Amino acid sequence: MTKEFILTVEGVTKTFDGFKAISDLNFYMDTGELRVIIGPNGAGKTTFLDLITGRTRPDVGKIEFGKDTDLTQLNEYEINRLGIGRKFQTPSVYTDHTVYENILLSLEGSRSVWSTLFARITPAQRGRIDEVLETIGLKDKARSKAGLLAHGQKQWLEIGMLLAQNPKLLLVDEPAAGMTDEETAKTGELLISLAGKHSIVVIEHDMVFVRQIARKVTVLHQGHVLCEGSVDEVQNNERVIEVYLGRKKKEKP
Amino acid sequence: MAGKFSQRELLIVGLLAFIGLVLLPCLNAFVPAGNPLHVSTFALSVYGKYLTYAVLALGVNLLWGYTGILSLGQCLFFSLGGYALGMYLMLQIGKLGQYQKEIPDFMVFLEYEAKYPATGGLPAHWIPFRNFGFAALMMIVVPAVVAYGFGFLAFRSRIKGVYFSILSQALTYAASLMFFRNDFTFGGNNGLTDFKFILGHDINSPVTKRTLYICSGLLLLGVYVFCRWITSTRFGMIQRAIRDSENRVLFSGYATANFKLFVFVAAAIIAGLGGALFVPQVGIINPSEMSPEKSLEAIVWVAVGGRGNLLGPIIGAIGINSLKSYATHAFAEQWPYVLGLLFIFVTLFMPKGVVGLPAQFREIWRRFKNRNQTADLPKAVIAPTAEAEKPLQPTGKE
Repeated sequence: MTKEFILTVEGVTKTFDGFKAISDLNFYMDTGELRVIIGPNGAGKTTFLDLITGRTRPDVGKIEFGKDTDLTQLNEYEINRLGIGRKFQTPSVYTDHTVYENILLSLEGSRSVWSTLFARITPAQRGRIDEVLETIGLKDKARSKAGLLAHGQKQWLEIGMLLAQNPKLLLVDEPAAGMTDEETAKTGELLISLAGKHSIVVIEHDMVFVRQIARKVTVLHQGHVLCEGSVDEVQNNERVIEVYLGRKKKEKP
Repeated sequence: MAGKFSQRELLIVGLLAFIGLVLLPCLNAFVPAGNPLHVSTFALSVYGKYLTYAVLALGVNLLWGYTGILSLGQCLFFSLGGYALGMYLMLQIGKLGQYQKEIPDFMVFLEYEAKYPATGGLPAHWIPFRNFGFAALMMIVVPAVVAYGFGFLAFRSRIKGVYFSILSQALTYAASLMFFRNDFTFGGNNGLTDFKFILGHDINSPVTKRTLYICSGLLLLGVYVFCRWITSTRFGMIQRAIRDSENRVLFSGYATANFKLFVFVAAAIIAGLGGALFVPQVGIINPSEMSPEKSLEAIVWVAVGGRGNLLGPIIGAIGINSLKSYATHAFAEQWPYVLGLLFIFVTLFMPKGVVGLPAQFREIWRRFKNRNQTADLPKAVIAPTAEAEKPLQPTGKE
């Protein structure tokens, strides 16, 4: 094998009180890939991210980052420091801090108690913050409190906070939730522009959005990978239609 | 809000420091008794007590107001600091106690001479407290070590929110039960009292009282500056980030448990220092100082004064204790109800406490003005402007 996987998940099972949230899951991702994960409610998408980021531990199975970093033994902040950033489903930003400070706190660098007591902003950091604010289009909001931002802007800010960490792998949970069509399209462009530099996993419900950004789609169903392929392949897969798209189509007028 | 001292803040703090640290002691020392401007030594001592409470409140605020950790056990650390100095003060009494022995009275009374014959009745851990330096070190080290041990276990186990509050309350309650026991060697329910000397000076002389008062003021100022500094660093920003969205901080690579532990230990040391100055001014320390309701009172001071800023807790601690001193003479029985109602009122109607009142009044005034203005205008004029409509909404609800 010439290409190196950035993320290897093999034979992972996770049970909550007898309910199999993830069952014998296998998932491989190339470096620089933009992967979209779809699946009906309760398919285990968010649990999957919880397992990668150390929020929960698998009952059995292997989760490796890069060549051979075992993620199952590390906790949340250690995994983050390896270069795995996660955006939550509901935007979580520091509401009492300004947009600028939100990015500042997310910049790469030492995270120890002592270093934060004596930290000063360097010109390089200032430049980096401006760069990130430019990318997410919140430069004119830099001085306003994050709590006062509109919902879509909070989503972007959180993506910006991930970018500031310069992660190798970005895990993005429903970035377009609660956004207008225009905002959704913008978010899509942003994610596409980031692919290649970063490896990105996007969890999404909105099929229009999935069509916009997806190269390769993984369909989860009952904690298991149902199928993988391009959007068209996935949408024409009979089993997928049965469990997911069929239901989705009915809902649409 | 973070950053350097603003001019206004410098002015307020400078003025308060001048009144507290220079004016009041001078009025006590140089204005003869009988003059209406004279401040009695008794009054000064009472103010000194309030100042140590204000120190405690600043510690509570650093934890609760800035980091979102509601500890209901801060008076444990206050008491531990107090006991550390109290032990030194007990050993300073010498043979002037009731029993005229080298060891403190309660040890004679409890027949420690038979229990610890090798040291003449003094339990081994009391011996180094003959040295003031050691006692001073212990009033920092003991609260810090207890806070570190408890905090380490609690924060590593991810105990948060109300569970942490309950656990911290259980801790201080358990400690008070332990200190109530006679065989715990700290004087049982009488605690430590009847102090005579501190560093060779008569503890009841006006000069000593005044000095202790000034020390309390300086400690409060020092703790204020420390809190001001720490909340303006990046550490302080992370503190508030933990309060508002702990998960985001954790998933951004910060070991939040370490940050919380640092704040918890810092607040414990602050409380311990406050307690150490409280004891010589009040003249007694006993386990009832550790009882959960004392810690709850400290929470009320901070809530009433206004949490999440630095002047609020000081105003709350001094204000409520002044009120308490008056109330426990005037209507002692009803005081707990008054305090409780005050807490409920503040929580419901003054979320930012006394310090937040000016902003609240400004807001009410703004709405009032807007309502009057909009009422004068014909409807057709105000309808198209979205700005004019906004202030109308809240008044429309009434």
